[in-house]
Amino acid sequence: MKLIYERSQEGRRASALPKHDLPVPELPEELRRERPPRLPELSEPELVRHFTSLSTRTFGIDTGFYPLGSCTMKHNPRVNERVVNLPGFRDLHPLQEEEGSQGALELMWRLQEILAEVAGLPAVSLQPAAGSQGELTGLMLMRAYFTDRGEGETRRKIVIPDTAHGTNPASVTMSGYELTHVQTDPRGNIDVDDLRAKVDEGTAGLMLTNPSTLGLFDENIEEITRIFHDAGALTYYDGANLNAVCGISRPGDMGFDIIHFNLHKTFSQPHGGGGPGGGPIAVRDLLEPFLPVPAVVRDGEEVFRLDHDRPKTIGKVRGYCGPFGVFVRSYAYIRAFGPGLREMSEAAVLNANYLLARLKDAYELPYDRLCMHEFVLSARQLKREHGITALDVAKRLMDYDFHPPTVYFPLVVPEALMIEPTETEAKETLDEFVEAMLEIVRDAAERPELLKEAPHHRPVGRVDEVKAAKRGVMRYLFDKHPNLSAEPTAGRQLEAQKGA
Amino acid sequence: MSYLSLTERDRDEMLAVIGVESIDELFRDIPKGVRFPRELDLERALSEQEIVTHLEKLAAKNVDTGRELSFLGAGIYDHYVPAVVDAVLQRGEFLTAYTPYQPEMSQGVLQSIFEYQTAICELTGMDVSNASGYDGTTVAADACFVAKHVTGRSRIVLAETLSPQVRQVVKTYAPGFGLEVVEVPHRDGVTDPDELATAARDAACVIFQQPNFFGCLEPAPDLAAAANDAGALPVAHVDPVSLGVLEAPGAYGCALAIGEGQASGNYQSYGGPHYGFLAARSDYVRRMPGRIVGETTDVEGRRAYVLTLQTREQHIRREKATSNITTNQTLLALAGLVHLSWLGPQGLREQGETCMALAAYAKDQLGLPLVFPEQATFKEFAIHAGRPAEEAIRAARKQGVHPGYALKRDYAGLEDALLVCVTEKRTREDIDRLAEVLAP
Amino acid sequence: MAAAESYPDDLHYNAEHDWARVEGDEATLGITWFAQDSLGELVHYEPPEEGAEVTKGTSYGEVESVKAVSDLIAPVSGVIVEVNAKVVDEPETVNEDSYGEGWLVRIRLTEPSEADELMDAAAYKSFVAEQ
Repeated sequence: MKLIYERSQEGRRASALPKHDLPVPELPEELRRERPPRLPELSEPELVRHFTSLSTRTFGIDTGFYPLGSCTMKHNPRVNERVVNLPGFRDLHPLQEEEGSQGALELMWRLQEILAEVAGLPAVSLQPAAGSQGELTGLMLMRAYFTDRGEGETRRKIVIPDTAHGTNPASVTMSGYELTHVQTDPRGNIDVDDLRAKVDEGTAGLMLTNPSTLGLFDENIEEITRIFHDAGALTYYDGANLNAVCGISRPGDMGFDIIHFNLHKTFSQPHGGGGPGGGPIAVRDLLEPFLPVPAVVRDGEEVFRLDHDRPKTIGKVRGYCGPFGVFVRSYAYIRAFGPGLREMSEAAVLNANYLLARLKDAYELPYDRLCMHEFVLSARQLKREHGITALDVAKRLMDYDFHPPTVYFPLVVPEALMIEPTETEAKETLDEFVEAMLEIVRDAAERPELLKEAPHHRPVGRVDEVKAAKRGVMRYLFDKHPNLSAEPTAGRQLEAQKGA
Repeated sequence: MSYLSLTERDRDEMLAVIGVESIDELFRDIPKGVRFPRELDLERALSEQEIVTHLEKLAAKNVDTGRELSFLGAGIYDHYVPAVVDAVLQRGEFLTAYTPYQPEMSQGVLQSIFEYQTAICELTGMDVSNASGYDGTTVAADACFVAKHVTGRSRIVLAETLSPQVRQVVKTYAPGFGLEVVEVPHRDGVTDPDELATAARDAACVIFQQPNFFGCLEPAPDLAAAANDAGALPVAHVDPVSLGVLEAPGAYGCALAIGEGQASGNYQSYGGPHYGFLAARSDYVRRMPGRIVGETTDVEGRRAYVLTLQTREQHIRREKATSNITTNQTLLALAGLVHLSWLGPQGLREQGETCMALAAYAKDQLGLPLVFPEQATFKEFAIHAGRPAEEAIRAARKQGVHPGYALKRDYAGLEDALLVCVTEKRTREDIDRLAEVLAP
Repeated sequence: MAAAESYPDDLHYNAEHDWARVEGDEATLGITWFAQDSLGELVHYEPPEEGAEVTKGTSYGEVESVKAVSDLIAPVSGVIVEVNAKVVDEPETVNEDSYGEGWLVRIRLTEPSEADELMDAAAYKSFVAEQ
């Protein structure tokens, strides 16, 4: 398929701007653009064809089953798209006067109240732009809290489990903390003895997701959070897996002091090919003074405003009040459930356990327990017996028109396949997925080359990641653009795909 | 509940296969002490039409740019978004796809990001762009991290004429990364290169904005030279809509070019979601945060696209990552690509010229004293309203016009200053109306 | 293409999978077969500068494959005398010949006795078997 720049024809143009007959002021010469940017030159019909073609080479939740563990690929309701495009939201400037933005402020305030109830923590900020930014904000809050108490210099360590999502260690480093790992025990819980030895007065806090990336609820969670509180430390909940427990168990009740939500996971903001997302946080009262500024507050019953007067705030982590359009969608989504939000989590956990029950004999199950909203299998046996890896399983699933699950994560499980069906899938879809997974096991023994050479029915086969890294072609180079098809395949094929 | 697909019969069959009696049993590993004992205290569930009615009522309480003639800019802009942008973003595949970690399933997204990266490099004159950052503020923090890794220095210099939102976000991120932030005050609405040079000694980078927050044109090549002479990386924070008429940062010695993408292809949406862009010289590619798409081939030798240099990202380098960003702003960046493709190079230049022509007309028609009369401007300019800015705004809004941003909110000594923004969506008649409303 | 698994007897090894070949008051450093096998085909080598000081147990550079980036941990302390330019241009040389053409740096030793603290080939082989 051509690049848009290859469809470009000099002199073609889609846009026509209103004419004015006013003189254009001259710019100082040293500031003037000398050579125009080589943007595409296309008519509107050509534009539409190009992007439509691209979309048909893309697989979304709208296309089919997408069981990516830890991503919560649930259906994105269409009514949310209708309401986010209401002109009163879509065309509202963030610096509009407060009396002209009461609808926006009220929506944010209401969403804050909802999230506080779901979290079991009273104070909320909607500002962070994504889960990883929410994490960073949470760590900044910890720093501010301890510095305020004179313990900023002594408390330098954050404890995370070895199953942690990759953003956790990166966030720790970015906020100037040091990392300590704690092990997972054979039941998939945090090893509490290991933990006790590692928490002391030099510890700032814990970062944990519960259920974990193994899809398991930590049975010792109350003791874990108590260990930290007894040492004067704080606890942070990574909300990536919240879809399992809404209305069933609240992070605040588990003993967490700070939590972030992923609006693009739990609360149906469409993933958009990689974003946007939303990462609001909820905190205990003792951390409220440090929340980002401005805060959205209510005066009396009817008037909403932005409070900029927050002397202890950590500052601002993103422009304006955060990704407002994401709030509109998540708010509309939650209003469709009301108090019945727990049905969402119940169905998510039911779907996951059903798949687990049907697949655990054919694949290896590292932790023999009921799962929550997701579970991890290992393809290690397939690798030992037939040389078929988790990657091969993933690529072959594409031929069945399924998006593969997350692979090679968490790192503690070899040849990991992390499967999260979500609550919106029909039973027939789950059954079809099981049939495909079982057929793959049979094919591993009988026709392994079919798997090794998969996928067979996608626009491209397995791609050469080594060539991509070595050649470093990251933009179209116009008349200097190389012909990579004429260059040999560089070395071995890609060995591993990264999951969420 | 219409978003769920399971029937009662399905549930019974599934529970039987799992080997439990009830859904409640699936949660048996959750200790009693943390089981939520009651129903969530949330308002009742709404049907779809009730959701729409409720949200319409909320939206009606907002005064958007359809209901008020607006000259408000200051970082987020009312530019025209063509219908093709809406059409492309409504394609369900683009809307509902995840990050393209499995390239065979996502060549469409990957190729569109590659095309976006190319467009950003063309606009900014840089060698490599990432797939987008959260917004125009966080990419400034990203640029500081790159500069720190590259130079080993810990001081960041910000021009005071850089957006207040951007400066505030940089200052929030700085302590955690061991960075010290200093600001260079403006002189008559722009930044003095000599003052910048002094501040830039021992600095990792210098960030200035073009056009700046006051709408004035900075002596950008001189600022970049001052930074380079001091061994600090020059970082230009630029308006994408200006880059058809203003020189690209890559052409005058900048190391990085960043900015807020909203003006190109996104609605205002009360501040988000939008997209930040970040582009750099090829020397810095391994330090760049965020995703990057590269070109390659597949087993059959067909051209293909894939996320590359992922070792920089959070999930491989973990604690050594240059950033913790995962989710970014792909869909909004796609809107930017569609918009730039709709405009084409001639269209982008015309759009810039139109803004400048209308802004010049506005300066004349308003007849009010300019705050920085010596400076050339792009699409925004600051005027003295002759009375406290918030009063001028209140009075104008009573007549259905928002006259602009009160600069006193962020800058001392500008009590009656209004930042007036004129985009290609404004007409001569609109401007005449503004003049009427602001007349002393 | 990678070579067959091997751990030459004349080398010293550390627990981070780096090797040192000591020759008089100089040593050549590189990464082991196990390291290149875990990383996969190398796509990038970020070397130190000539004249830079390296300390045993700390990082002196990086190698990168598509799936991971790895610090190079100096098994012994010294001063960089030469960087292998061939590996900079063709990082996959390390996969093909980890102990010969795939050497990474030559250093002048500052603490020669440190080599005694390292594992020999037999000890390293056992260590790798447990990984």
